Amino acid sequence: MSELKVDEIQKRLLAEVADLHEIPVGAFNIRSNGGSIGRVSTANIEITSKEDVSGIDVRIKPGTKRESVHIPVVMTVSGLTEIVYNDFYIGEDSDVTIVAGCGIDNCGPKDSEHDGIHRFFVGKGARVKYVEKHYGSGDGKGKRILNPGTEVYMEEDSYMEMDMVQIKGVDDTNRTSVAELAKGAKLVVRERLMTHGEQNAVSIYNVTLNGEGSSADVVSRSVARDDSYQKFDAKIIGNAPCSGHTECDSIIMDNGRILAVPGLEANNVDAELFHEAAIGKIAGDQLIKLMTLGLTEAEAEEQIVNGFLK
Amino acid sequence: MLELKNITFDVNDEDGAKEIIKDVSLTIPDNKMIVVTGPNGGGKSTLARIIAGIEKPTSGRIYFNGEDITDMSITDRAKSGIGFAFQQPVKFKGIRVVDLIRLAKGSELSVADACTYLSEVGLCAREYIDREVNSSLSGGELKRIEIATILAKASKLSIFDEPEAGIDLWSFQNLIQVFESMRDNIHDSSIMIISHQERILNIADEIVVIRNGVLAAQGPKDEILPTLLHTESAVDGYCFKQQGKAARAAAAAN
Ligand SMILES: Nc1ncnc2c1ncn2[C@@H]1O[C@H](COP(=O)(O)OP(=O)(O)O)[C@@H](O)[C@H]1O
Ligand SMILES: [Mg+2]
Repeated sequence: MSELKVDEIQKRLLAEVADLHEIPVGAFNIRSNGGSIGRVSTANIEITSKEDVSGIDVRIKPGTKRESVHIPVVMTVSGLTEIVYNDFYIGEDSDVTIVAGCGIDNCGPKDSEHDGIHRFFVGKGARVKYVEKHYGSGDGKGKRILNPGTEVYMEEDSYMEMDMVQIKGVDDTNRTSVAELAKGAKLVVRERLMTHGEQNAVSIYNVTLNGEGSSADVVSRSVARDDSYQKFDAKIIGNAPCSGHTECDSIIMDNGRILAVPGLEANNVDAELFHEAAIGKIAGDQLIKLMTLGLTEAEAEEQIVNGFLK
Repeated sequence: MLELKNITFDVNDEDGAKEIIKDVSLTIPDNKMIVVTGPNGGGKSTLARIIAGIEKPTSGRIYFNGEDITDMSITDRAKSGIGFAFQQPVKFKGIRVVDLIRLAKGSELSVADACTYLSEVGLCAREYIDREVNSSLSGGELKRIEIATILAKASKLSIFDEPEAGIDLWSFQNLIQVFESMRDNIHDSSIMIISHQERILNIADEIVVIRNGVLAAQGPKDEILPTLLHTESAVDGYCFKQQGKAARAAAAAN
């Protein structure tokens, strides 16, 4: 981070949410406390500010291969609330990685909130890997709040993989993800979530399979500890010969609570949809096995949870 | 050295109180391989779980190298040198074979070193080291990984509960070699294997027979093994053989 003006806390947040330890290669936009503090476009990837609202447009030229875009957001000022609209236009037959993520450090008394509204227009035959990490730190009374909204529009034979991770420190999150898939498109979602303390996390997916041969695989693994609460609400709608799968696999600890609401709607006789949901505490025999290897109960729990969320 | 003194274990279920282990006293001396055998449901696994601290005996005391460990936790027993390969290996989500071997070893371990334990139990280390210890592995594979972790733990007392279960004939040859070499390299430690296999009974220093929760016999292999093979149904393989013979004899008579 030699050329960017970031302090130690911002540096730590950037490392947490985007694995950034130095200026990223490829295109990037780093947003800090309500404004862009560094931006680079490349020959194939153009990043421009929106005129009407706050946010950026990211345009990826057709055929762009093996390039990446990093768009991390960090907030270190207590009491800041922002809504940001980011649109991604991913050209036909391109193959790119997009790393987003938001880290909030709130040591102050007021709530800090970042609501990122992301829209993805995935062109024909394009492949996208999207990674989004949420992280909160700081011990102020003010909450760290993230309400991401994601819309994904997938054209024929496109492929998108979404890795959504929220392991620590976000007090309140309400995530809504909507996707529409055309013929032959494929969406893979891997969500990993851990809540603790008094945290609250709601995750809603609404995936519509409109095209023949389209498919979606939405899998969430989560751990709710202390007095936290989670709701996982995943719905897949099949309007064509297609296949869809949702899975919610959760561990509850302490007084944690989880509500899983899997939903399937088949509007075509050749739509094949299924869901799985399992919630339970850590299996006793897993704890015992690790204890017979010399781990304490707490160490065994930590190993099991870490493995589960890996 | 492990000493069990007058161990009993009672449970309460729908049918009322049941005595699973009845006044068992047993010594597992240093530098010895003891094989425990006896009919299914006799209480062998329960006894192993009591030694590992997973079950608490209803009465009796357990001494490990002179120290009373009856009230010691599972963790502390593991740390003081008791290793236990389960009859039914436990599955995890996201924990890899290499993680489990490292946890068992209790120290930083290079991937190459972790691999040697897998090779010992006849698994191609490169193929398994990064696999998750979950239901994508077969029963026999899980069983061999379980044995590898106990080899890595290198305990003062290593207990193996039916290590042969679910293991195919080819791997079984290899397993016998693993135990033979453990037996040959035993040093200030002891091994307890629960088994029905004649070939494992054959490499024992001593054989213990547990039947209906009672210690029915204990002695040097040469003394006990012949009595099992000729008068007992303690060895399952033998038992099935006899049933098979009886069935064939009955069929021939008709
Ligand atoms: N906690 C328990 N509650 C009820 N029954 C038990 C318990 N533990 C063991 N048993 C019973 O004790 C008997 C001995 O079991 P086990 O030790 O597994 O035998 P073995 O290993 O010799 O086949 C079985 O009938 C089993 O069902
Ligand atoms: Mg048993």
